[in-house]
Amino acid sequence: MVEKTPILDALTYIFLMLGIVVVGFPIIYTFVAATLSIEEVSKVPMPLIPGDQFWVNIQEAWTRGDLGTQLFNSFIMATGITFGKIVVSMIGAFSIVYFDYRFRTVAFVAVFCTLMLPVEVRILPTYEMAANLFGPLQPVWDILHLNGMVSWIAGHDIEVALEWSLLDSYTGLILPLVASATCTFLFRQFFLTVPEELCEAAKMDGASAMMFLRKILLPLSKTNIAALVVIEFVYGWNQYLWPLLITTNPKMTTAVIGLQHLIPSPEDVPEWNIALAGALIVMLPPILVVLFMQRWFVKGLVDPEK
Amino acid sequence: MRSDPFGQRNTFIWLDNFINLFTDPLYLKSIVITLVFSMSTAFVAISFGLFIATMANRTLKAKPLIRTMLIWPYAVAPAISGMLWLFLLHPSYGVVAIAIKNWLGVDWNPVLKGRDAMVMVILASAWREVSYNFIFFLAGMQAIPKSLIEAAAMDGASPFKRFWKITFPLLSPTLFFVTVMNIIYTFFDTFGVIHTVTQGGPGGATNILVYKVYQDGFIGLNLGSSAAQSIVLMTLIITITVVQFKYVERKVQYAG
Repeated sequence: MVEKTPILDALTYIFLMLGIVVVGFPIIYTFVAATLSIEEVSKVPMPLIPGDQFWVNIQEAWTRGDLGTQLFNSFIMATGITFGKIVVSMIGAFSIVYFDYRFRTVAFVAVFCTLMLPVEVRILPTYEMAANLFGPLQPVWDILHLNGMVSWIAGHDIEVALEWSLLDSYTGLILPLVASATCTFLFRQFFLTVPEELCEAAKMDGASAMMFLRKILLPLSKTNIAALVVIEFVYGWNQYLWPLLITTNPKMTTAVIGLQHLIPSPEDVPEWNIALAGALIVMLPPILVVLFMQRWFVKGLVDPEK
Repeated sequence: MRSDPFGQRNTFIWLDNFINLFTDPLYLKSIVITLVFSMSTAFVAISFGLFIATMANRTLKAKPLIRTMLIWPYAVAPAISGMLWLFLLHPSYGVVAIAIKNWLGVDWNPVLKGRDAMVMVILASAWREVSYNFIFFLAGMQAIPKSLIEAAAMDGASPFKRFWKITFPLLSPTLFFVTVMNIIYTFFDTFGVIHTVTQGGPGGATNILVYKVYQDGFIGLNLGSSAAQSIVLMTLIITITVVQFKYVERKVQYAG
């Protein structure tokens, strides 16, 4: 700053250090707990020096929680959501910005309305949808008496029910979370800043609309995509409520959900060391993504605000 | 719609679900709980985030390093954050819980006491949100022209005065945005925290609205009521979105 304020500067650093310690304390503590044996972790108070049981606990958590499969599921889900979101919202924004068609405003308002509508609010209808994708068609089927027709054709009575369930499947995990107004907005905002001359030049050179999207808009929005990849990966990985509802098979669930089975209940042996070792494994991938792609992450978070 | 227990028959009952909802003392209690929870979490997270960001902005060196060290809790899932704090504040093993018991002399027991459980979920939710707020405040402060602050320093304004008279007012758009985002976060994304830490208990003391939608719909199987609660929440969030965009538009006009 402009003037010299040694006391205040010292205070600044002290407070900063304190802040970092307070924010970091839970994680340090978790790490320490994950290295201790069960006897040490149940001691009151727990020692703050790391023990030597780290690998044992990690292995135990890995096998007991079946974390290998679940981490793989989490990974599929997170990448699926990220990829789907970016593709869908980019094409959506492309259509809203560059094409003039009849219901453009309607489409835009519809996207706008769902802007911040999280899954948490629409769990019931989304679940009904996922449980039976043809559900909405069933009344139509009944009204038209198609059952009667089918049995007439087949010559004997058969009940036909339309059913296609997404429960316990990757499609079910990913699809309901793909639609994203926030990403569409970000792309729309960005496409509006792309100079019109580029579009005209491309047209003059005989490029089709899709070619313009692929050859010009896609390279231009590279930084935006990188930022979104980080944010959406973290978002997808950390989903809780949706996987909890839609998966009943432990082989299909995600790591964040699977981890909850490791938390000792009051009646169990308090094996917090294993639960916390599992927690360490599960939270590592998103943390690594954020730390290594920090620049994009911050950009992606701060930019939509403007 | 009201369904019979076996789901064989549905009756259309107009708006009775909503009327039942708003005359249900449990739902009204849940609204109050959500408000308390949301406001306290937002307040803790915002004030702490703002404080650290101010401190970080004062330093000349090592800003990227400091940012790296404060950014990562955002990547931790709310459910895992809840798990960590459950351990820290566990009445029999948690270090923080023991410290509270011994130093403050409070009879800390979040498993049995509603107030303590509330404090626990607030801490677990706020912890993760601090780093989010920190990123925004730091970015906002760095966007403030240095010349303004230097001019004020020339005129003899102390660092505190400079903060309250210049930085803080100029930060108000960021503050507004962050507050809205924090409220949305505490209303909806904290489901994971509640589900891992308290499951709405003890005695419904941390049963926030989103958790109640889940509980009534998927555990209690009262689908009609759950859907009505979803509609209430949906109205709420659309209102917040519209208000925010109105505000953002106004800001743009002022700037132009």
